[in-house]
Amino acid sequence: MSMLITVTKNLLEGFSTTFEIFGLTLLMALPLGLIISFGSMSRFKVIRWPIRTIIWIIRGTPLMLQLIIFGFGPGFIGIKGVNTFVAAIVAFVINYACYFSEIFRGGIESIPKGQYEAGQVLGLTKTQTFFKVVLMQVVKRIVPPMSNEFLTLVKDTSLANTIMVYEIIWNAKRLANASGILWPLFYSGVFYLAFCGILTLIFGYVEKKLNYYRG
Amino acid sequence: MSILELKNIHKSFGKTKVLKGIDLTLEKGQVLSIIGSSGSGKTTLLRCINLLEIADEGEFLVNGEVIFRAGEKISAKEMQQKQLHFGLVFQDFNLFPQYTVLDNVMLAPKLHAKEEYKKDRKKRKEIFDKIREEAIEILDRVGLKDKIDSYPCELSGGQKQRVSIARALALKPSILFFDEPTSALDPELTGEILKVIRKLASEKTTMVIVTHEIDFAEAVSDKIIFMDDGLIEEEGTPEEVLKSPKSERTRAFLTKLSDQ
Ligand SMILES: Nc1ncnc2c1ncn2[C@@H]1O[C@H](COP(=O)(O)OP(=O)(O)O)[C@@H](O)[C@H]1O
Ligand SMILES: [Mg+2]
Repeated sequence: MSMLITVTKNLLEGFSTTFEIFGLTLLMALPLGLIISFGSMSRFKVIRWPIRTIIWIIRGTPLMLQLIIFGFGPGFIGIKGVNTFVAAIVAFVINYACYFSEIFRGGIESIPKGQYEAGQVLGLTKTQTFFKVVLMQVVKRIVPPMSNEFLTLVKDTSLANTIMVYEIIWNAKRLANASGILWPLFYSGVFYLAFCGILTLIFGYVEKKLNYYRG
Repeated sequence: MSILELKNIHKSFGKTKVLKGIDLTLEKGQVLSIIGSSGSGKTTLLRCINLLEIADEGEFLVNGEVIFRAGEKISAKEMQQKQLHFGLVFQDFNLFPQYTVLDNVMLAPKLHAKEEYKKDRKKRKEIFDKIREEAIEILDRVGLKDKIDSYPCELSGGQKQRVSIARALALKPSILFFDEPTSALDPELTGEILKVIRKLASEKTTMVIVTHEIDFAEAVSDKIIFMDDGLIEEEGTPEEVLKSPKSERTRAFLTKLSDQ
């Protein structure tokens, strides 16, 4: 029994790190992703192409590799004392911002041109048209792909342990090794399941709320 | 003074010359119908006047005021101001799906009222109540008073098009433009739209209507133009253009239509 309590405590500690990575990544990657999506749709080639190239590189290479580069890279070029947690957050934010930006871009580009034109002939400014006409429709369209990304992020946080961020799986592994027992690993899976379950419920609710109209 | 005056409007897309010099005048309270085969530039003309496309050459005036002159840059704010002379009813409605019928109609008037109530918060409610009252009255005029709380997805094509007419009317445009307002509709639904336009005509609303409904155009118009290949091939009263066309091309077009 005391073993169960010790393990639970340890895993909860690890999970709080997991949750921090999750929360901080969303907090920064969502707005950054929106900015990147505008860049990737820019009329100006000098903005559009560099941004699309970065998106291609980030989405075309493993997140694990990016974590390793951000985690250990600074040490190699002589920058000492970089906190690996911070490095992990930077890697996650950049990686997810690129994925989010593609979702935003898909959503924004899927809105028919007629919606913008209707806004224009009604004398709305571009900003008014974006916020009052387009945005809500974009939100409705991106909720399902966003929900996928959120769930993927929950599980991707575990990759941070490759650069020695002590998230939940790190703790589970350490317990398993130290005590020669397997179940803490399964137990850590329960945390992911519960968290993903809650997210699924929330997204289901939001989708239902947004279903008051079609189109 | 004419309410609308177009002078030598040209528009190309790349190498395709779509409008090759359109001159046109329209008097207040008149209804002008534009007919012509597909691809002759009717939509492009409406889009140029409504500033959705920028014409390459020419100018146009509303009540003598220059709205557009090719090559002259204007600020976004001025553009917005000038836009409000016109209302445009699209072929495919372009209603805002996330808003109710009433909110579709009130959205622009509310946003435009911002300047008025910015300094005085109390005035806001007063203004919004008035906008609401007017919107309901307009929706009543197009026969949709019982649909004000519906969403566009719950409406038939004909009802959607009437909402889009109401939305345009709510801004009290000097001239209301229609681009084939019935061509996205099932045949049995065209009647309700034509009825609304007829009513607007009887109330002396200045309108420009692109249409293939020749009988309707004949009944409602003061003036008809036949466009062909980016030019006005023929213009005159419905009687002149439809009954005794001077141009061979007009005749060919009318024959082809009546054969269908
Ligand atoms: N945005 C555009 N880019 C290129 N060509 C266009 C565009 N809009 C219209 N056109 C061309 O202009 C011509 C006239 O089109 P349009 O004004 O829609 O004619 P109508 O409304 O009389 O059928 C067509 O040949 C069409 O392909
Ligand atoms: Mg057309």
